[in-house]
Amino acid sequence: MATITPPPNTPLTQPLPGDVGLWARLWFRLRYNFTNPESVKNLLLGTAGIVLFVLAWYATTELFKLPRFEKLPGPLAVWQEFTSTDPDFGTSLFTPQYYMHIWWSILRILAAFGLATALGVPLGLFMGWSKAFKDYTFPILELLRPIPVLAWVPLAILMWSGREAPIIFLAFLASFFATVLNTLLGVESIDESFFRAARCLGAKPHHIFFKVVIPGALPFIFTGLQIGMGVAWFSLVAAEMLSGEYGLGYLIWDSYVLSQYSVIVIAMGTLGLVGYLCSAAIRLVGRQLMRGTTRGTV
Amino acid sequence: MSGQSGKISIRNACKVYDPEGVNVCAVDDCSLEIAAGEFCMVVGPSGCGKTTLLNAIAGFHGITSGEIYLDNELLCSSDYTAPPGADRIVVFQNGALFPWYTVLQNVTFGPMVQGVMSEGQAKKAALDLLGELGLRDIADSYPGELSSGMKRRVEIARALVNDPKVLLLDEPFRAMDALTKGVVHEFLLRVYDRMKKTIFFITHDLEEAIFLGSRVVIMTTRPCKVKRVIEVDIPRPRDFHARASERYRQLSSQVVNVVHEEARKAFEAGERELA
Repeated sequence: MATITPPPNTPLTQPLPGDVGLWARLWFRLRYNFTNPESVKNLLLGTAGIVLFVLAWYATTELFKLPRFEKLPGPLAVWQEFTSTDPDFGTSLFTPQYYMHIWWSILRILAAFGLATALGVPLGLFMGWSKAFKDYTFPILELLRPIPVLAWVPLAILMWSGREAPIIFLAFLASFFATVLNTLLGVESIDESFFRAARCLGAKPHHIFFKVVIPGALPFIFTGLQIGMGVAWFSLVAAEMLSGEYGLGYLIWDSYVLSQYSVIVIAMGTLGLVGYLCSAAIRLVGRQLMRGTTRGTV
Repeated sequence: MSGQSGKISIRNACKVYDPEGVNVCAVDDCSLEIAAGEFCMVVGPSGCGKTTLLNAIAGFHGITSGEIYLDNELLCSSDYTAPPGADRIVVFQNGALFPWYTVLQNVTFGPMVQGVMSEGQAKKAALDLLGELGLRDIADSYPGELSSGMKRRVEIARALVNDPKVLLLDEPFRAMDALTKGVVHEFLLRVYDRMKKTIFFITHDLEEAIFLGSRVVIMTTRPCKVKRVIEVDIPRPRDFHARASERYRQLSSQVVNVVHEEARKAFEAGERELA
């Protein structure tokens, strides 16, 4: 019996022996990234890219003050504002205001994304599983899906009362379509021979649903959730710009109106970071669920 | 595991695809008796309808006329198709181990969904069988971590744990290199010597057909019917030495001649590869 040796430089998916916990895996990964020559090189290159970007930003805005760029906040101004204990415009690392905005945006995202997952995944699974159900639902879905989320704004405000519901609805909508469609694709991507094999082995329809359809579609479902998370943030920010009292989208628009330009950049950077962390969290859950399977790479 | 059940009778089976439009006749008036516990190899030109026959036995689709029986019970006729079941299990051309389950979970799948065993019993039965087949070490591996030869062995184990009457193999070793093939051939021969299941084995590989089978059924080009049946009287248990015997070579040339004739006909008829 040949032992399975992973090729050199295969990161973290296999080389951990046995069944270890999530934190051990994360720690392993971290240590790996800082010790393995190949990944250290990648790390350095990535850092160099970011440094170059900031330098270009600095050169155009603060150093040379190029036309059309002079009004933009430069990296130094933004950094100063961001790390000041007494910021000019009232938003920095040390003000509760800043965290309030993040908190509200995340709450809305969780509500919208949770709803989209809870409704979208089962719907997609059923559409892929039952041809009749798909024939029934697919055309209307495909008709609604291409409508840009921003076009829903007036109806969202008419349909839902209060400030929160329309915002959550808009973020939900974008995420929902991505989730349904990817789940459906996931079910349809499952090789016919898996269904046949299951039937040969005596599986009844509910076995096939739970033991073939769901695990078979899982990689696509998680791709869908990642895309869903991305578009949820996208439409959330748009919605928060239109109404809202808190939230990162609101903060951006409010700072624009008040000409507090460095705050705009702070909010944008925060959006980038929070969005990345949300995607990373989904990837992590996906990896945990699909550990060991070859298809389990999200 | 009695050697008595598992007799397949195919009587005048016909299968016509798309009866409304252009009729493509895949199987035409095909009759074949396979005895219980027989190792039956089916060879024929690409796209001749062998797989159609296998799918009908498995219950994936029906036939247009004729009947197929398993131990005198009707499997298929023009108006009836028995649903797929664990008494006749297919091992697929490209393999169909569930990649999201470990080897052990794959093997316990059948007994668990049929509800014939508790989880503990199924695990024990699966581990016993895997041990008997020399696969115990990989019980906790995922299929993605195994070589193609290992995967096929596991897939055969997954079928055997259900104690099926018939194993239906559809070119299971098609994409393998000669060495791997040699290993899985010996594995299958060992399994057969021990369990004496009826095996319906489709292949293109004529040497494989003679090395493994008790009978080689040579099919005509489409529409598929039986052209010639050749008895392989090489004694069992066989191992790779059988390939060096005089009898093996005689049978080989006999089969090659018959198949070549059909392949020529198929080629001249401009048949496109369908398999």
